[in-house]
Amino acid sequence: MAAKDIKLMKGNEVIAHAAIRYGCDGYFGYPITPQSEVMETLMELRPWETTGMVVLQAESELSSINMVYGGATTGKRVMTSSSSPGVSLMCEGLSYLAACELPCLVVNCQRGGPGLGTIQPSQGDYFQACKGGGHGDYHLIVLAPASVQEMYDFVGLGFDLAFKYRIPSMILADGAIGQMMEKVVLSEQRPRFSDEEIAERYGSWATCGKGKRKERNIATSLFMDSAEMEEVNLRLQAKYRAIESAEARWEEIECEDADYVIVAYGSSARICSATVEMAREEGIKLGLLRPITLYPFPTEAIKSLAQRGVKGFLSAELNAGQMVEDVRLAVNGLAPVEHYGRMGGILFNPDEVLDVLKSKLIK
Amino acid sequence: MKETIIIAGFGGQGVLSMGKILAYSGVMQDYEVSWMPSYGPEMRGGTANVTVILSDRKISSPIANVFDSAIILNQQSLDKFEPLIRPGGVLIYDTNGVVSAPTREDIEVYSIDAAAECARTGQSKMFNTMILGGYLKVRPIVQMENVIEGLRKSLPERALRFLPQNEAAIVRGGEIIKRIR
Repeated sequence: MAAKDIKLMKGNEVIAHAAIRYGCDGYFGYPITPQSEVMETLMELRPWETTGMVVLQAESELSSINMVYGGATTGKRVMTSSSSPGVSLMCEGLSYLAACELPCLVVNCQRGGPGLGTIQPSQGDYFQACKGGGHGDYHLIVLAPASVQEMYDFVGLGFDLAFKYRIPSMILADGAIGQMMEKVVLSEQRPRFSDEEIAERYGSWATCGKGKRKERNIATSLFMDSAEMEEVNLRLQAKYRAIESAEARWEEIECEDADYVIVAYGSSARICSATVEMAREEGIKLGLLRPITLYPFPTEAIKSLAQRGVKGFLSAELNAGQMVEDVRLAVNGLAPVEHYGRMGGILFNPDEVLDVLKSKLIK
Repeated sequence: MKETIIIAGFGGQGVLSMGKILAYSGVMQDYEVSWMPSYGPEMRGGTANVTVILSDRKISSPIANVFDSAIILNQQSLDKFEPLIRPGGVLIYDTNGVVSAPTREDIEVYSIDAAAECARTGQSKMFNTMILGGYLKVRPIVQMENVIEGLRKSLPERALRFLPQNEAAIVRGGEIIKRIR
């Protein structure tokens, strides 16, 4: 590809470009560092004058997620973005969206927590994204981009999976991926669906006008009858099992002959890929397994590495140890699983991770 | 080819945009590039820095703690980053911003009087491109035509009329940079 077709952009900027080009109908958001460039870029690009996409700054994150909720019921492609404290405010809405089986896209550009925390990058929201956050037995599809190009691509993937399964998708990025610039190739403009196309595709569930159907569609998460509520739960659980068996995505770097494997996602995975290069130069057979989907988690991929005889796993995360629990479940006692993390917006360095690997696993 | 550069100074000195011009020049030369800024409290006044990596291979970590080259515009940044330059690496500093000169003997040290030169010509906004010119004289990792193209891509539209002055500043930077050791 000619160099001039390639853009140099921040991760947050490409989210905005991707939203427009993947035919998003509406973005509702509230500014928060380190992701404010998403809405800023949308406001600069003025898509309402071209594709007709709505861009609206709500009065709070509670409001923006509920605008997403409303838009999603109508079968429109709607999204929001925020950073950790803002996503906490959205968790009630996410539970409702999941219960109503509505598709949408939420971007969390994580910063250090807990609380109002710091504005520097962190991965402290793994539990919140993958294990709930809101109440009840629900899941989101969680995608973890490790490059600016993936930030772009996962907007399309996130929407596609959200509509395929009628489930909210989340892009779980962090301040580093959001703020850094890399090369990105933008895709062709995908047209937004017309109201007729939405009725044809999603008319079985979307509140897009009753038309000639006999029954009206209702989006609700309120079921006073416990038996009915359990039915809804069983349907959700069946859907999650289907997603778990079909949609796990991951990347393996130098895992084929690896004695030791680092499991890391997003910006940590980028740092740890340099750790792998350093280790290989020293003759240590180290590999990296990078989960691309955090839910569904690539359990089988990790399990098969453990069964193949990997001597130890290190879960390297920018938190106190969250994904490590899922790595342990996948390895299931076949090999030691250790964790290394930094918190509060501090990133680790590649050599720091290698030192930890040596002291905790190789000895 | 892989060059990891830290550019550091005060917010407002054009640190981040210098990095962007360099990164875009790399794009024009078909390199893989990454531009990782400090975006924390620094941008509210205080120090700002950006790590730029240009490579002919896929870039693993955009975050680095060892640098091939450092472009330093104030004392705080010199104190922080001088120890992180790899042996044999390059340190360039603006004389005006640095009170106590660098001390390491195992790196190449250059000074550039860009602040003074800009004050002399009354073009203070050309400060960062002049420094970049000095760096590119020492480390000619991108061809000048790609630098100009990178400059064109990274300047906001309203600033495109200053392209000739920026080009001249890049050339001037190459002329005034001095090897200290």
